[in-house]
Amino acid sequence: MTEFTFWVIITLTIISAGTVVLSNQLIYSAMALLSTLFGVAGIYVFLWADFIAGVQVLVYIGGILILIIFGIMLTNRISSVRLSQTNVQQGVGGAVAIWLCILMSLVISKTPWFQADASEPVGTVAEVGTLLLTKYLLPFEAISLLLLGALIGAAVLSRKEN
Amino acid sequence: MNDLNTYLLVAAILFSFGVFGVMTRRNGIAVLMGVELILNAANINFVAFSRFGGMNFDGHIFALLVIVLAAAEAAVALAIIINIYNNMNTINIDEASSMKE
Amino acid sequence: MDNIFINYSLFILFLPLAAFVIQIFFGKKLPRQGDWVSIGAISITLILAIAMFVGMLLDYNPDFRQEASFTWLDMGAFSIQLGFLVDNITIIMLLVVALISTCTHVFSLKYLKGDIRYSRYFAYLGLFTFSMNGIVLANNLISMYMSWELVGVSSYLLIGHWFEKESAANAAKKAFLTNRVGDIGFFIGIMLIYTAIGSFTFTDIFEGVAGGVLAGTTLTLAGVGLFLGAMGKSSQFPLHIWLPDAMEGPTPVSALMHAATMVAAGVYLTIRIFPILSPDALLVVAYVGGFTALFAATIAITQNDIKKVLAYSTVSQLGYMILAVGTGVYTAAFFHLLTHAMFKANLFYGSGSVIHSMHHALHEKNDHETDAQDMRNMGGFREKMPITYWSMLASTLAIAGVPLFSGFLSKDAILAGSLSFAQHHPEHFLLPVFGFGAAAITAFYMFRMMFMTFHGKPKMPELIDDIHESPKEMAGPLVLLGTLSVAIWYTLPHLNPISTHGSWFTTLVHPVTAVVPGSFTAHAIEEGAHHAHNLAMGISIGVAALGIGLAVLMYLKNIISPETWGKRAGFMYDWSLNKYYFDENYDKYLYQPTLRLAKKIAWIDWELYDKYFINGFGHVTNWASRVSGKFDYNIIDQFLVDGVGRIADNFGFMLKKIQTGKLQNYLLYVTAGVIILMIIQSY
Repeated sequence: MTEFTFWVIITLTIISAGTVVLSNQLIYSAMALLSTLFGVAGIYVFLWADFIAGVQVLVYIGGILILIIFGIMLTNRISSVRLSQTNVQQGVGGAVAIWLCILMSLVISKTPWFQADASEPVGTVAEVGTLLLTKYLLPFEAISLLLLGALIGAAVLSRKEN
Repeated sequence: MNDLNTYLLVAAILFSFGVFGVMTRRNGIAVLMGVELILNAANINFVAFSRFGGMNFDGHIFALLVIVLAAAEAAVALAIIINIYNNMNTINIDEASSMKE
Repeated sequence: MDNIFINYSLFILFLPLAAFVIQIFFGKKLPRQGDWVSIGAISITLILAIAMFVGMLLDYNPDFRQEASFTWLDMGAFSIQLGFLVDNITIIMLLVVALISTCTHVFSLKYLKGDIRYSRYFAYLGLFTFSMNGIVLANNLISMYMSWELVGVSSYLLIGHWFEKESAANAAKKAFLTNRVGDIGFFIGIMLIYTAIGSFTFTDIFEGVAGGVLAGTTLTLAGVGLFLGAMGKSSQFPLHIWLPDAMEGPTPVSALMHAATMVAAGVYLTIRIFPILSPDALLVVAYVGGFTALFAATIAITQNDIKKVLAYSTVSQLGYMILAVGTGVYTAAFFHLLTHAMFKANLFYGSGSVIHSMHHALHEKNDHETDAQDMRNMGGFREKMPITYWSMLASTLAIAGVPLFSGFLSKDAILAGSLSFAQHHPEHFLLPVFGFGAAAITAFYMFRMMFMTFHGKPKMPELIDDIHESPKEMAGPLVLLGTLSVAIWYTLPHLNPISTHGSWFTTLVHPVTAVVPGSFTAHAIEEGAHHAHNLAMGISIGVAALGIGLAVLMYLKNIISPETWGKRAGFMYDWSLNKYYFDENYDKYLYQPTLRLAKKIAWIDWELYDKYFINGFGHVTNWASRVSGKFDYNIIDQFLVDGVGRIADNFGFMLKKIQTGKLQNYLLYVTAGVIILMIIQSY
């Protein structure tokens, strides 16, 4: 049962990702992105990263995706539901992307990864929180600064010139 | 489900899609969406390694940080795109080619 | 070279050359046009020559001989020695050349006064003197040949002195070319000798012939070849045609070259090579000389131009000298050369004096038509020009062979020699006939000349008042040479005027036996001549009297009329007057065919060879260059050179397109690069 679900989620993710980049309609892309992000969250769950899955849904879907949709709305003349756009240099780009994929697959399959068995943890939240404030304190603080900077920057950038 | 390669492969496919999206999409926001795909693929990699490498949580931390960064970056990127829209009345990044030879 | 005669010879040789060089380059700018340079040089030469002559007399050695040679050309196996030879003959010749040359220089001071090329004339005189001395001093055939040619050149330059006159220019050309014809023979002779003996020096040649290296027909041919050169230079039949025409040159030049020295060079050569002339060659020499003597004399009797008479007389006298060499008495030939130089030069100076006077008189009357040299316009000049008259009379008596004068002695010796030769070889009786016949005719025409010019009534009475004696520069040589025409100078130290026995000349210049095997010894020749001497003397006096008497009758006393006899002689008179139409026949049968042949060959060269062959080369080159030009322009320039530029241009253009300014393109390139790197890395 879980195996089946697993494969369904993976398929969903991949198809959604395809739709994001191949669709001509921006809104369709955005919706597909939504579903992709949900799929990724599902993958996180299978990888015993429940907290990350939650954060993913909350931040990514609830924040970034909304932002993206805002952006879409703000930067197109919405006269009709269809916001079409076409692609550029599709052929070469497709070839390069496919090649990239093939190469990476080859690398992945040929590398003897270090694998260590482990047991499912009870919950990851506590450990992640602990690590954030002990081992990874510096990056944590740095990230906060970065967030501040981004905040100010975005505010400056979107200021109207008088 | 218990094979690292699967997850890595999925991440690779997502990554390729993301690269394709960045390279080929004309709309600025569509490019941003591609970037999000790339970041997500990387995240999957991090978490997969953390799970199959003895269940340490370093991967989780990294994934967390990546998500935060993605958010900040999306905010700034959208601010820029809106600026471009206000200036050029279009966000076809094809037309932002004033650095052309 | 520490002997004084050779040293003096060097000065004698090169002083006139120095005068020539100075005159040619600086003559016009010097005061008086530089005639004092030439006079100075020739005077010093004369002093040195006299010094040598006196030295010879003091030494009184018949076998005197000094030689000096140096290597001129050395190419290992082949080397040429040049050098000087001074013996008694040389010294006497040097004196003759120096004396007559000095007289000519002095005479020319007045004769050519105001001439347009005054300095150049004196320069050429210097050149001539140098070359003539070169012939005299040579001890080998090569330097003699070189000086021979130089003498020919000087003759050409001097005969053509007034080259504006076409006849003078033609005469100069004729002289040089006729000489050249003779020189071909000369050169062949030299080569024959060299091939057999391997040296050009006289001593070596004599030794070679004595040793039998060169003998038989080859020797005869070599001798005849060398004699051909003498024939050309000394104007013997059939190359005599140039000498009468050479009278176009100034009279002092005629005196110097065509009486005394240059034409004597042929005789000098023959005398020098006498020892190697085989009896057959000597026969050729004798007949040519004898025939010329008679033949030229027959032309002289009808000529009206005073200089032409003298010219033919010179030819005839040269014939005498050649005859003498041919019959074996070559010292007599040299003696006659000496006396002839004196009296013939004097005769020419005298005629120059007369012509100068005539010119002056005609100029006074503004008459530029009458020929100043025609004897038919003269007559009765005796009272007006006494010095000229008396000195010319002395020389005429000498040439006619009247006793007490120098010519008598020398002619007598020659005639004795020919008579003795005929006595020993009765089949050659013609030779003395030639000799005595010529003597008779010579006496006749010389006195004819004297009577027509100086005696009788003037043919143009209006001129006679302006006829006057010449200035002292012209009269001086006349007096000097007239005096030297007297016999006494040549018989010293004995005073017998009709015999040269024991005289300084015959002692110092004594014959040597020919080295050709089978020749008569010198002694035998001398003996024969001595025996025939008295007979010859008698006959010669007789024929001289005959000639003079006839001339008196015809021209002095006017008993026999020349015109009547001229008409009676008919074609003979005509032939004589027109010099037997030699020039006309040569022209018709030699010159014109050669010119026609030359024209035909020129046509082939010009029309066929030049036009098609040579021009063809030009056309081919033209075509090739055009093709090459096209190739160069189209293929190399446009295609290669410009092509490189265009390729670079295109490349640049293509590469320019990469920079689109579009972000996504750049990203594509980056990703593609990464992939490629990964692929490469994996291999």
